[in-house]
Amino acid sequence: MDAESISSLATAGAIALGAIAPAVAIGMIGSKGVEAIGRNPEAAGKVQGPMILAIAFAEAVAIYALVVALIIKFVK
Amino acid sequence: MEISLAAETIGHIGSMPITNSILTSWVATLLLIILGFFAAKNLKNIPRGIQNFFEMVVELLFNMVNSVIDDKEQTKKYFPLLATIFLFIITNNWLGLLPGVGTIGLNEIHHGKEVFIPIFRGGNADLNTTLALAILTVVMVQVFGVLAIGFTKYFSRFINFKGPIDFFVGTLEIVSEFSKMISFSFRLFGNIFAGEVLLTVIAMIVPYVAPLPFYMLEIFVGFIQALVFTMLALVFIKMAITDHAAEQH
Repeated sequence: MDAESISSLATAGAIALGAIAPAVAIGMIGSKGVEAIGRNPEAAGKVQGPMILAIAFAEAVAIYALVVALIIKFVK
Repeated sequence: MEISLAAETIGHIGSMPITNSILTSWVATLLLIILGFFAAKNLKNIPRGIQNFFEMVVELLFNMVNSVIDDKEQTKKYFPLLATIFLFIITNNWLGLLPGVGTIGLNEIHHGKEVFIPIFRGGNADLNTTLALAILTVVMVQVFGVLAIGFTKYFSRFINFKGPIDFFVGTLEIVSEFSKMISFSFRLFGNIFAGEVLLTVIAMIVPYVAPLPFYMLEIFVGFIQALVFTMLALVFIKMAITDHAAEQH
């Protein structure tokens, strides 16, 4: 395998593996948030804020993986 | 299709290179200044038009900041920086979606190859802009902490000789401040740059109709990233100005 093919594989692998955990995390945060709102609809506003914040934190990890993939691909 | 991770230089002021992202940030700043100037001209008690719109925006942002810092007087101290960060980031993100940004440019010769240099590029699609915002935010959080609870009390959070565990936790806190800078900048940069790449790729594969849901996504992402940056800065400010000793009864 030459350098370019390994580089392409590395790009794909970085983002593919790096997005698994954040996706699971966002799913769990969303499910707990929606469950909390379902149990107490009046507190929907109070639950929404921290939930969106937590989802953004989890997504940031996926973005780090994406940045690594982009660097592998575009920085020679 | 050419995608460049780094923002391309389109000119120089003296020896400092000016990139297309800086140009877009300047346009965003000018836009906000002009809008603000016209909104505040001839303030009326019953607002109409642009003053009404900005009063709504200011009220929404003020309530959001106040919901975390439960004190109107204190909120007034931290609101200007947070609202500016929010408005700057959201204007920059949405300007980067306009037609012409990233597509209108010049063909130049670099190292013997012909490269396409767009004149405008999303302001936050350049790591320099987001890093500047991140450093500014983290430094201001420290400044607000010192202003609110005093120098010794604030830095006892980082340099704490009460015991080995406290010292270790203090060192971790210092490292965590730097990691906040990195995470702020990469979160915003990654989201906006990845959005630009996504739109470019989709437009290349299916130019008609298909990019529409992705544009909707990017508008939404632009708003959410501004909101997340502001909310995180707000939460860090709240943590910095809370006097822990006073809480222990």
